[in-house]
Amino acid sequence: MKLDAKIPVGPLAEKWDSHRFASKLVNPANKRKYEIIVVGSGLAGASTSATLAELGYNVKNFCLQDTPRRGHSIAAQGGINAAKNYQNDGDSVFRLFYDTIKGGDFRAREANVYRLAQISNNIIDQAVAQGVPFARDYGGQLANRSFGGAQVSRTFYARGQTGQQLLLGAYGALMRQVKQGKVEVFARREMLELVTIDGEAKGIITRNMLTGELERHAAHAVVLATGGYGNVYFLSTNAMSSNVSAAWRAYKKGAGFANPSFVQIHPTCIPVHGEHQSKLTLMSESLRNDGRVWVPSKPGDKRPPAEIPEAERDYYLEKKYPAFGNLVPRDVASRNAKEQCDLGKGVTDTGLAVYLDFAEAIERNGAETIRRKYGNLFDMYERITASDPMREPMTIYPAVHYTMGGLWVDYNLMTTVPGLYALGEANFSDHGANRLGASALMQGLADGYFILPATIGNYLTGISSEIVAPKREEFDQAEQAAADRTEKLLNIKGQRTVDDFHRQLGQIMWDHCGMARNREGLLKALKLIPALRDEFWQNVLVPGSGQDLNQSLERAGRVADFMEFAELIVEDALAREESCGCHLREESQTEEHEALRDDEHFSHVSVWEYRENQRPKINQEHLSFENVEPSRRSYK
Amino acid sequence: MKINLILKIWRQSGPNGKGGFKTYASGPISTDISFLEMLDILNDRLTKEGEEPVAFDHDCREGICGTCGAVVNGVPHGPREKTTLCQLHMRHFKDGDTLVIEPFRARAFKLEKDLVVDRSAFDKIIREGGYVSINTGSAPEANTIPVPQNSAEQAMNAAECIGCGACVAACPNAAAMLFVGAKISQLALLPQGRPERSQRALAMVKKMDDLGFGNCSNERECEAACPKGISIRNIARMNREFLRATFFSEEE
Repeated sequence: MKLDAKIPVGPLAEKWDSHRFASKLVNPANKRKYEIIVVGSGLAGASTSATLAELGYNVKNFCLQDTPRRGHSIAAQGGINAAKNYQNDGDSVFRLFYDTIKGGDFRAREANVYRLAQISNNIIDQAVAQGVPFARDYGGQLANRSFGGAQVSRTFYARGQTGQQLLLGAYGALMRQVKQGKVEVFARREMLELVTIDGEAKGIITRNMLTGELERHAAHAVVLATGGYGNVYFLSTNAMSSNVSAAWRAYKKGAGFANPSFVQIHPTCIPVHGEHQSKLTLMSESLRNDGRVWVPSKPGDKRPPAEIPEAERDYYLEKKYPAFGNLVPRDVASRNAKEQCDLGKGVTDTGLAVYLDFAEAIERNGAETIRRKYGNLFDMYERITASDPMREPMTIYPAVHYTMGGLWVDYNLMTTVPGLYALGEANFSDHGANRLGASALMQGLADGYFILPATIGNYLTGISSEIVAPKREEFDQAEQAAADRTEKLLNIKGQRTVDDFHRQLGQIMWDHCGMARNREGLLKALKLIPALRDEFWQNVLVPGSGQDLNQSLERAGRVADFMEFAELIVEDALAREESCGCHLREESQTEEHEALRDDEHFSHVSVWEYRENQRPKINQEHLSFENVEPSRRSYK
Repeated sequence: MKINLILKIWRQSGPNGKGGFKTYASGPISTDISFLEMLDILNDRLTKEGEEPVAFDHDCREGICGTCGAVVNGVPHGPREKTTLCQLHMRHFKDGDTLVIEPFRARAFKLEKDLVVDRSAFDKIIREGGYVSINTGSAPEANTIPVPQNSAEQAMNAAECIGCGACVAACPNAAAMLFVGAKISQLALLPQGRPERSQRALAMVKKMDDLGFGNCSNERECEAACPKGISIRNIARMNREFLRATFFSEEE
C-alpha cells in the first residue's frame, strides 16, 4: 500500500493556499457532466453535497434515516471552535492549530490541522449567513465560551444544540440544491457495497430499507461521510444506527484504515443503569466549566452526597491538575474517573460513577444563571435519572463517544482507493489520538464545505467524463455479494438475537480494549472475538424477510461487520506499544500513572491493509513536526 | 422497581396491509428504562417466539434527532410534556396500566409498517424555501451584522424544532403549521433571512397545503404535544408573514 499524503511544500501557513492554486479546476461547463455519490447526510455529507451541487456537479446523497436532517451530528451539544479571537484573549489560527495538535497528542498531521484552524473562521461566517441562531451577547455580537481544555474562549454555540443548528443549516443548503435539481436525495438507503473498477471507486450498491430492493448507483467519485464506529462497543453515545459498514466495505476493497484503536471515551456521560440499557447519553462537557468533579475520600463511603462533609471529599482533578482543574482534556478526565472507581471510591449502587457538583457555582453565580446556562442539559439529566442537578450533584461516568480513527486519507481527503473520499468522523485526519471538545463540528464542516469541493477536481480532471454503466460485471458481483450476505443472515435461524451478540461483543471490547489496555487483555480479546464471530454466523436469529422493512436484518448486517472490525481495533491497540491521547497502554506509563508517549518508535499513523484470509498488514505514515515541538502533554 | 403493563400496539405489515391492534403483556420491566428500551425488550421476546418484532423509528435516543415517535394513549410522544418518546421513562407509568401505542397518523404521512411513517412531506416543504439562499464561500464576516440578542433568542426558540411530526399527529386537522411556522419564524426573525421572507412564506405555505396538511383551528394541541415546547406564537408569526407577503409580494 502506497501512502502518499500529498502534503504541499512550503511554509505551514501557505500550504492550503498554494495547494488550492495548484489544484486542477474543472471547467464550469463541464462540472455538470460529473456525478458524485455522497453517502451520509450529517454535517460532512450534507455540507459537501450542497457545496458540490452549488459548484455545478450532480450529486446523489444517501442516508439511512427517513430524512437527511437526522444525521448524528445533530446530537452534538457543546459547540464549534473557531479562531476568530472575538474575545481578544490571545487566540489565533496558530493557537487553535497548536491546541488541536497538542490535544491530539502529536499523532495528527501538522498541515491538515493547520488548514482546519484556518478554515474554522469561514465556517462561522457561513453558518451565520445561513441563519444559524448562535448565542449572542447584549450588543448583538456572537458570544463565545471556553470549552474542554481550552484556555481561550473560542467556542461558538447555540444553547446546548449546536450540532442540531449547524446540521439544519447544512440540511437547508442541501434542500435548496434538491429544489434546484442538482442533488437527488435517497433516504432510507443503506450502502452495502462499494463498486470498484480497475481499482477505482465507481459506484455503490444500496439496499432500499423499505422494500429490500438492491440498487446500483454509478458515479465518477464516491464520498463516504458515514460517521464513526463507536457502536462497536454496543453502549456508546452514538445514535443507534451509527455503524462502520460503509467504511468496512471500503476497507475490504482496498482503502487503508488508520488508527482504528483511537476511540475517545468521553468523561461526562450518564452512568449505566442496568442490563437493558440501549445507549448512553452524553452530558456536554461544557458542564465542567462550572461543575466540580469529586468522589468521597474514603473508599466505600456510601453516604448520600449531601452528608459527606467538604473535608471528606476528594476533588481529584483540581488536586492533581491545578492549572486546568476540572477542564483537563477528555482522555485525562476519563482515565482519572476510572482510576477513582478502581480505587473503590466510585459512587451510586454500581460504584461506577463520580459526582459533578454545581453547588459552588450556584452559590457563586446564582441559581438563575446556572439554570439559564445548563437548563436543557439539567432537564435531560432529570428525565433520565429522576434527579435534579440543581439540588444534588450529577453522577457521571465515561462512555465511548467519538472515533478519531477512520479511513486513511491524503491531503485531498482521498483514501487509498482512487476516487473514494472520506470526510468527517469517517476519516482519521485531524484529531490525532484524542479530539478536543468542539472540534468535531468544525472538522465535519471544514471537510464538507471547503476542503473536498476544492480538491476533488484533482481527481476528476484526470478521468474520463464518461460514466461507467451500472450493467458491468463489477456491479453484478458487488450486488451478488450483498444479496448473498443478506440471504445468509436470514437463513441461519439460530437461537440468539442480534442485540444479544452485539452486547457481548461490546463487553469484550470495553473490558479489554477500553480506557486502559494491556498486552494480555488484548491478546485475550483476539481469541474471544473470532470465537464470538463464529458463533454469530451459526447461531444468530434474524426474523422476517429481506423484502421489506426489517430492522433486525439491518442491525444484523452492521453487527456482522463490527464482529470483523473489532479485531482490527484490537490489532491496532496491540501494535501501538505506547500510550498516547485516548490510547493508554498500561505497559507505557510514568511512575505517576500518566500516559507515556514514545515518539521514537510510534510517531506515525498506523494504516491497516486488508488481505483476504490473512492477518491485515500494517503500514506506517511517519509524522514529522516542523512547526511545533512534540512536548509531553502536561495539564498540571 | 418493576411494573407490568398491557401493551396494545398497532401492527401493520406494510403500506397496503390491513392494520389492527395486537395486545401483549410487557412482562416485568424496570421503571428505570426508557419507553423504547421497553419496546426493545418486547421485540427481543417476540423474535425468540418467532413473531416479527414491532417496527419503530428511532436513532439518537437523546431526544434531538426527531426520528422516534408514536402516539401513546392518544398523546404523541406519551404523557410527559416536552419529552420525546425515547426520553420518556417507565417510571411515569403505574403497574397494571394499559398503553395503546399507535403511529403518527396524518394523510400526508404514509404508514410504512407498524409504527413507522413516512415524514418526507416535511422535506418537501423545507425544499420550497426553509433556508437562506447563500452559496458556500460568499458569506461576509460573521460579526458584520449584529443581531439583537432577543431576536437571536426568539429565533433559537423556533429553531429548536426537531421535525418529528408530533404536531401533525396531535392536530385534529393534521396541520403542519407549527412545523412550518417554526422555520418561517426562525428565518424571519434574523436579518439573514429577511431578503427572501415573502417568497419563503408564500412557497412554504402553498406546499404545505398541496401536500394535504390541514388548517389551523386554534386547538393548541400541537403546542401541547411538541417535545421541544415550540410556541404557537410561531403560527401567528407565520400568518403575519404570509399576509404581509400576499400584500407586498410582487408575484401573483
